[in-house]
Amino acid sequence: MIAIIDYKAGNLKSVERALKSLGFSCRITHDKKEIMKAERIVFPGVGAAGSAIADLKELRLDKVLKETFAGGMPVLGICMGAQIILRWSEENQTQCLGLIRGEAKRFPSPLLSDKGERLKIPHMGWNSVRLTRSHPVCKDIRPEDEFYFVHSYYPFPSSSENVLGTTEYGLNFPSIIGSKNLIATQFHPEKSGPPGLRILENFCSWSGQDAE
Amino acid sequence: MLSKRIIPCLDVRDGKTTKGIKFKENVDIGDPVEMARFYYEAGADEIVFYDITASSDRRAIMIDVVRRVAENIFIPFSVGGGIRTVEDMRSVLLAGAEKVSVNSAAVRNPEIISQGAKAFGSQCVVLGMDVKKVPSSERIPSGYEIVTNGGRTYMGLDALSWAREAEHLGAGEICLNSIDADGTQEGYELELTPLISENVSIPVIASGGAGNIDHIYDVLTVGRADAALIASMVHYGTYTIKEIKTQLASRNVKIRKTW
Repeated sequence: MIAIIDYKAGNLKSVERALKSLGFSCRITHDKKEIMKAERIVFPGVGAAGSAIADLKELRLDKVLKETFAGGMPVLGICMGAQIILRWSEENQTQCLGLIRGEAKRFPSPLLSDKGERLKIPHMGWNSVRLTRSHPVCKDIRPEDEFYFVHSYYPFPSSSENVLGTTEYGLNFPSIIGSKNLIATQFHPEKSGPPGLRILENFCSWSGQDAE
Repeated sequence: MLSKRIIPCLDVRDGKTTKGIKFKENVDIGDPVEMARFYYEAGADEIVFYDITASSDRRAIMIDVVRRVAENIFIPFSVGGGIRTVEDMRSVLLAGAEKVSVNSAAVRNPEIISQGAKAFGSQCVVLGMDVKKVPSSERIPSGYEIVTNGGRTYMGLDALSWAREAEHLGAGEICLNSIDADGTQEGYELELTPLISENVSIPVIASGGAGNIDHIYDVLTVGRADAALIASMVHYGTYTIKEIKTQLASRNVKIRKTW
């Protein structure tokens, strides 16, 4: 069973529907026991970092996430879930979970394309990902595949070792990050059509062992 | 780089789509779920549903459609038409839509934008704007006025200042429909679209007037639109989404080419 962590973080059902369409059983839950005995965890989220961390703490899920991560369970962070696994977020100046060293940064304003055009923030829509390291969860992802993004902040791990893929939007930012049994995407795989579903499917068969 | 989006729009009345013939024999063109699935597989970047149901039990019918669509497509889709309250927004989003669009209700009560953005996040709130060209005046300095009732009622509201206000209130995106161009198939409004797009920092979806691929090219380049809404062009089988995208890509428009 896959536990989708429920901390009032918006549209969790889209993740559930995507997993179910692939034939995986999953449950949206904030119950500690249920999460601890799950086979793997999906950690989604939209909204602001400050309230996300506050909600997690209120439900005491911050500790649960740290424990399950330390215990080796495969964890997939999505969108906000790729930012608050870092130590710090510039959004609301928030102390975060610290599962990976680094911080979530805001896109600089003004943000300019390589042609000097002013780019809109949030970064919303379809964009590609350049894989910088191979990883079982990114298996069979092609360079031309695109994914659906909606965000104004992006994850920035301290070590490039934790960067698995990058995306170009005014600057080159980490869009897939990971460490050990944790992987996280800034984009929404559940809304990214077949390539996104492939990532979810790969995650669901991943042992949690890093490839390299 | 971010791709420009191609977005088919489906009108839904009493739980059935109202347009669409001739494009694939095994698709029930009356069924919004099958139509959505068809466009999902054909490479649509997003889908817009517009509820034109008039009956009083409209919401229950549409919510059921939204729920079934959400189980079948894994790209973002939005729902508009008859959204009057934050509760209306909530029920559509909970049923699985990524975004909800408000139009005339926001003109009457702009607070619905800020309330929606606060409750669900700006990325969920689309402002739909129906716009007509009028002589420029003190009241309507841009020469574009907001209209409702399919263009019959002039609201005395300047389109440019309304777009800016909506952004300020927390709208995450604007769907800009030119009533003058709508249904003509003679091209999008290429003065209005850049006027709005260049003066707000949220994405603008151009709507109204698409008849061929040149029109889409124009609105995504000189029109400065982030996305193009299309209807008849694809519903009647004149073009496929793949054809549209292949041609745009060959003319150096950044577009999502694989799915």
